[in-house]
Amino acid sequence: MTIHNEQELAAARQAAAEELAAYDCRILVCAGTGCIATGSQKIYEKFLELTRDAPGVTVTFAPHEQEEEKRYIGVKKTGCQGICELGPLVRIQKGDSAVQYVKVPLNRCEEIFNRTVLGDEVIESLLYRQKTQTFVQPEKIPFIAKQTRVVLENCGKYDAESFEEYLAAGGFRAFRKALLEMTPEAVIETVDESGLRGRGGGGFPAGRKWKQVAAQSEKTRYVVCNGDEGDPGAFMDGSVMEGDPYKLIEGMLIAAYAVGAAEGYIYVRAEYPMSVARLRHAIGQLEARGLLGENILGSAFSFRLHINRGAGAFVCGEGSALTASIEGNRGMPRVKPPRTVEKGLWEKPTVLNNVETFANVPNIVLRRAKWYRSMGTVGSPGTKTFSLTGSIENTGLIEVPMGTTLRKIIFDIGGGMKNGADFKAVQIGGPSGGCLTEAHLDVPLDFDSVKKFGAIVGSGGLVVMDGGTCMVEVARFFMSFTQRESCGKCVPCREGTKRMLEILERIVRGEGVLEDLDTLQEIGEMVKSMALCGLGKSAPLPVLSTLKTFQEEYVEHIVDKRCRAKVCQAMRSFVINPTFCKGCGMCAKNCPVGAITGVRKQSYHIDPTLCIRCGACKENCAFNAIYIEA
Amino acid sequence: MLEPAYYEKADEIIEQCGRTPSALISIMQGIQEEYRYLPGELLTYIASQIGVTDAKAFSVATFYENFSFEAKGRYIVKVCDGTACRVRKSAPVLDALYKELGLGRKKHTTDDMLFTVETVSCLGACGLAPTMMVNEEVHPAMTPEKAVALIRELKGDGV
Repeated sequence: MTIHNEQELAAARQAAAEELAAYDCRILVCAGTGCIATGSQKIYEKFLELTRDAPGVTVTFAPHEQEEEKRYIGVKKTGCQGICELGPLVRIQKGDSAVQYVKVPLNRCEEIFNRTVLGDEVIESLLYRQKTQTFVQPEKIPFIAKQTRVVLENCGKYDAESFEEYLAAGGFRAFRKALLEMTPEAVIETVDESGLRGRGGGGFPAGRKWKQVAAQSEKTRYVVCNGDEGDPGAFMDGSVMEGDPYKLIEGMLIAAYAVGAAEGYIYVRAEYPMSVARLRHAIGQLEARGLLGENILGSAFSFRLHINRGAGAFVCGEGSALTASIEGNRGMPRVKPPRTVEKGLWEKPTVLNNVETFANVPNIVLRRAKWYRSMGTVGSPGTKTFSLTGSIENTGLIEVPMGTTLRKIIFDIGGGMKNGADFKAVQIGGPSGGCLTEAHLDVPLDFDSVKKFGAIVGSGGLVVMDGGTCMVEVARFFMSFTQRESCGKCVPCREGTKRMLEILERIVRGEGVLEDLDTLQEIGEMVKSMALCGLGKSAPLPVLSTLKTFQEEYVEHIVDKRCRAKVCQAMRSFVINPTFCKGCGMCAKNCPVGAITGVRKQSYHIDPTLCIRCGACKENCAFNAIYIEA
Repeated sequence: MLEPAYYEKADEIIEQCGRTPSALISIMQGIQEEYRYLPGELLTYIASQIGVTDAKAFSVATFYENFSFEAKGRYIVKVCDGTACRVRKSAPVLDALYKELGLGRKKHTTDDMLFTVETVSCLGACGLAPTMMVNEEVHPAMTPEKAVALIRELKGDGV
């Protein structure tokens, strides 16, 4: 099994490609976290069962002993196919042509199998539909067609667990090239020239980081991958880890060769059990083939890779906290310098990059820096993955060139607002980011442009919000998140976030005063400039950015005691509309404080002085007669 | 003192993870996966086995949110309270679960040790918000009604 040298790697690739080409049809079932949640595992099993029972059909994973007139059908679990909203997703691949089915119900698998797999029919009702138009080829669907997939190129097209399929798709060509044709210096030079910037949020140039590690006098070095994707609303890194684990590992191998590291770690957050499982499987496969271990491909280069699971601390996404956690300590950031490149894991020079950063490396090495620079902007070359969620038609995983406008992302790729609602804002960068508004829709998004508006690209979570979202409440929510996750080491973050949260809670309770806004601004600026680590420094951003762009909403909450989105409990009042009220009495029965009175079969009434605004009456009204007044 | 079986299990997990101070977190994760919580006595034992002080072991265990010194229910329900889920109304789902099970922000586990209800910051299935996780399984597009129906279904299983 071991692949000892270049020739054996080429032979293995040849065999894998032949095997892949031998399939008459591959049934590719999306096995991303989203589709598994909508039941794709059962769909996968159903297809396996169908292929087993069908006459004249052999399912095989190694169709070398091919007999005539039998068809070879493979059932595969792939990484995220992207349109998470419409799961479970199934792609039927025959040679180069593919049919994409969405929202596949278990009871129609047989029909798909008979008509599309065995026959060549397309089932219209299971296709992706946009208004009156349907799409057969996945690459033609606007959501996919308008993306530029580099990091996600394999996601959804190949078996995420199969080393052979990764090889057949061109995997390990970049690593082979780096290891056997390039010096470590040349690899670093290529990455540096490409302008690749850290995809975890900071945007620090990866090549420069590698250079600094390579220049250290200490020879024991580590390569660490940050897969602790903690931002609520972000799942790009998880999708890469579970959808194309080999690509991530190949990127890490190249980094290790470049900086002379013999050991590496992937730190994955605890909430991603599937990422852990797929990475473990991939590491096992690569160890069995000698692509991880001693003297890889007959060279002097050796590399071992370990997985560490997080334990539920958001702050571990910060570099020095992450390495502390791998060492078995409390995950708290430390004062820098020394930086991680000088004294990182076990006080040794460490390359610490994010999942997406590493996953970009194989293509950069293979296709060179110039190719990479042909995408994106001058200051931020390449593509960026985003997870597109919230009040939008097509939620899912996307990848676009840096510099793409929000308008294109939300309205072209995302298909516009859900149910035609009005666009209000988009939250970018999670708890470390801010809100962009209508005024920013046409700004090209890159690391530097977004910063100017008081937000950050961050890891790439985009949560789209409509008029039903209260911006003050959003700010309060993020502050409660960062306050809870503050590790408590430095005073500005520990105390600052606490005080800011108290003020925000007061405002949404309707007890705020106008001076609170100045105080929020002042504390926010202080935490931003004085906190110890990047997470603390960015914690006030959601508040500062909404204070700037949605100041009138804050003022309304304070002065008029009014929440225009009708979200803040203290500021909404429930009213019964007498034209719809049938006088059934359900509301009065469910009211926990007895605020509702009335005579049966006549309209009921809510006493606003007794009402605690819990909404139980509205939930239980069968006639939609109860509405909220802001 | 716990029953001897606990210490035997701990030894087994320590062997798997390595008898070194840096394996502390992995070992605690192994124990918690086995017993659904981290018995304090066992943590003291682990500390002595891998050569760290009790204080260190407890300081690490209390730092991370995933570790619990209290026994948890057979079904651990994690309601996602992330941005995307919040925008798509996850709060009523949590309230419905609290109401159905008689739990709240202070009380997380039912007396019959069947259910523990917690919130989590993001499950990474934001495209299907609001989501919740029961043990390792993610449930998409929840509503208060679906959540309650699921709990009742699980209760049926549990009896």
